Amino acid sequence: MTFATATRPDFAAEPESERRKARRRPIQMRDTGFDRVFMVGVYLLLTTFLLIVLVPLINIVASSFSSPAAVSGGRVFLRPVDFTFNGYRAVLSNSAILTGFGNSLFYVVVGTLISLALTVMIAYPLSRSDLVGRRALIGGVLFTMLFSGGLIPTYMVVRSLGMLDTRWAMTIPAALGAWQVLIAMTYFRSSIPGELYEAAQLDGASDLRFLWSVVLPLSKPLLAVIALMYGIGQWNQYFSALIYLRSEDLYPLQLVLRNILILNNNSGGMDLANQLQREQLADLMKFSLIVVSTVPVMLVYPFVARHFTKGVMIGSVKG
Amino acid sequence: MTAVLDREAAARPGGQDLRRTSRRRSLRHRLRRHWQLYALLILPVAWFVTFSYIPMANNVIAFKDYNVVDGIWGSPWVGFEHFERFFANPVAWDLIRNTLFLSLYGFVAGFPIPVILALALNEVRLRFFKRTVQLVTYAPHFLSTVIVVSMIILIFSPRIGFMADVLGFFGMSTNLLADPDSFRHVYVWSDIWQTAGYSAIIFMAALAGIDPSLYEAARLDGANRLQKIWHIDLPGIAPTVVVVMILSVGSIMAIGFEKAFLLQNPLNLSQSEIIATYTYKIGLLSADFSLATAIGLFNSVINLILLLAVNTVSKRVTGNGLW
Repeated sequence: MTFATATRPDFAAEPESERRKARRRPIQMRDTGFDRVFMVGVYLLLTTFLLIVLVPLINIVASSFSSPAAVSGGRVFLRPVDFTFNGYRAVLSNSAILTGFGNSLFYVVVGTLISLALTVMIAYPLSRSDLVGRRALIGGVLFTMLFSGGLIPTYMVVRSLGMLDTRWAMTIPAALGAWQVLIAMTYFRSSIPGELYEAAQLDGASDLRFLWSVVLPLSKPLLAVIALMYGIGQWNQYFSALIYLRSEDLYPLQLVLRNILILNNNSGGMDLANQLQREQLADLMKFSLIVVSTVPVMLVYPFVARHFTKGVMIGSVKG
Repeated sequence: MTAVLDREAAARPGGQDLRRTSRRRSLRHRLRRHWQLYALLILPVAWFVTFSYIPMANNVIAFKDYNVVDGIWGSPWVGFEHFERFFANPVAWDLIRNTLFLSLYGFVAGFPIPVILALALNEVRLRFFKRTVQLVTYAPHFLSTVIVVSMIILIFSPRIGFMADVLGFFGMSTNLLADPDSFRHVYVWSDIWQTAGYSAIIFMAALAGIDPSLYEAARLDGANRLQKIWHIDLPGIAPTVVVVMILSVGSIMAIGFEKAFLLQNPLNLSQSEIIATYTYKIGLLSADFSLATAIGLFNSVINLILLLAVNTVSKRVTGNGLW
């Protein structure tokens, strides 16, 4: 992105301080009057977009800290009205939410570990050009991106394995993603130098030893990206739970959220005698619940944003 | 793609040596020497067979009258009866129309926006501003579907949400979610809200890869910013745009279950029932496995044909394709 190394032809004519400034700045096109108007348009466009994304998010957070009456009356916009923590108190005293939170953490940790292990186990051998049947296997992985078995046929497999209504149904059937396998394979091929493999061979290292002691330590950024992709996917999805789970004590957070936020199966604080108060608290609690359930993702997000960008780029390099 | 990778490997000295030596040895020797690699493959390959390929094979029940007692292979063949049953139902055409309309609308409205965003961001020289826009606009991508749909329901709620006031100000119906004709707009524009920023990343990456000397030349020729975008940026990202476009067209019939299902309510069902949600209801709620599989198979096959067709056309016309 920085073209700072290019030299400007009229350099010598400029005073020393000007020159240093110019060198640090990326080379720009000379702004004509038209360009200035154009840039105003660019900034306006981006600011509008920024606000469109930001305002609903701020509104949710502001509402979550407001009083039940203010939320129910639709009086909150960008600042909390009658600041309270009542919504959060209601969320934290709801046992279904806490169970869901715990279950989701379990599914994320166990599911991501399984996914990561399986991905490395297939991506590394596929990255080796001396693997017999490599092309056929890659073709087999690619084909699953184009054509999938579909809902019912997959459901039948899970049922016949006896996984219905178990924790396995949440972690195994969606463990591998073809896209992640391809990203990992491409990364191993392009960033592990062939010389390293030769050196390890001379030292008598086995393939497993080489993978464990050389390839994986060199692939930490990749492993982080893939783990985050799987982890966030697992935290956010509700589809597997919807079709495979029946017992409420196995429900992940997203399914609990669906019941409370979308199907309205919740009546706020049970100890409140007053019907109106109960309804108002149920409204407020939805906002707080959205914030609470998003916090884990948003905590890792700044880190994720940087690495996901890299992940997308690794994916796009594949050509 | 594999061809490119192999060429890379051949260009690497290590890879070349390996290949030459291994070609001389017998297959059995190679298998024995690298048995650990093949052992690693066992579990993941078993996974792909179990959860990708057996389901594909299970699709035969679309041509059978599946019952649990006889199992998948023992149930009697009925040919195309389930497909005929599906198309004889007037609901079928509503489903296909809803599915196609939603995804085409989403494609036409949603595709240009990330490209425009990337081009605009690429012009910005204020680091702080650029970073803020990126950090904020990527964020919704990481929200779950349940959360996004809940936000829509709350924000557009006539009693609670601020958007109801905005809509009222413009003289529109304040209860958008109860209005079946608004479903599509809500669906598509909330999708754009959620994904446009993140989708711009890939175009930003393509823009970063453009040769700086082109800009230098444009500057010497006295091009203004718009001309620079038109003559350098756009042609520079065209291959990426084409690939992303093929992928989007290829998923036109594969529109997601998750969001449509959550946004459904009895009032908007005439517009919001799509193939994926109908398959779920027929298959898992009414337990008509064969019919649901037939509908799903129809959907996947159309999808595959679309993808192959678009890829072929694109290769002919622009020289860019997926493979």
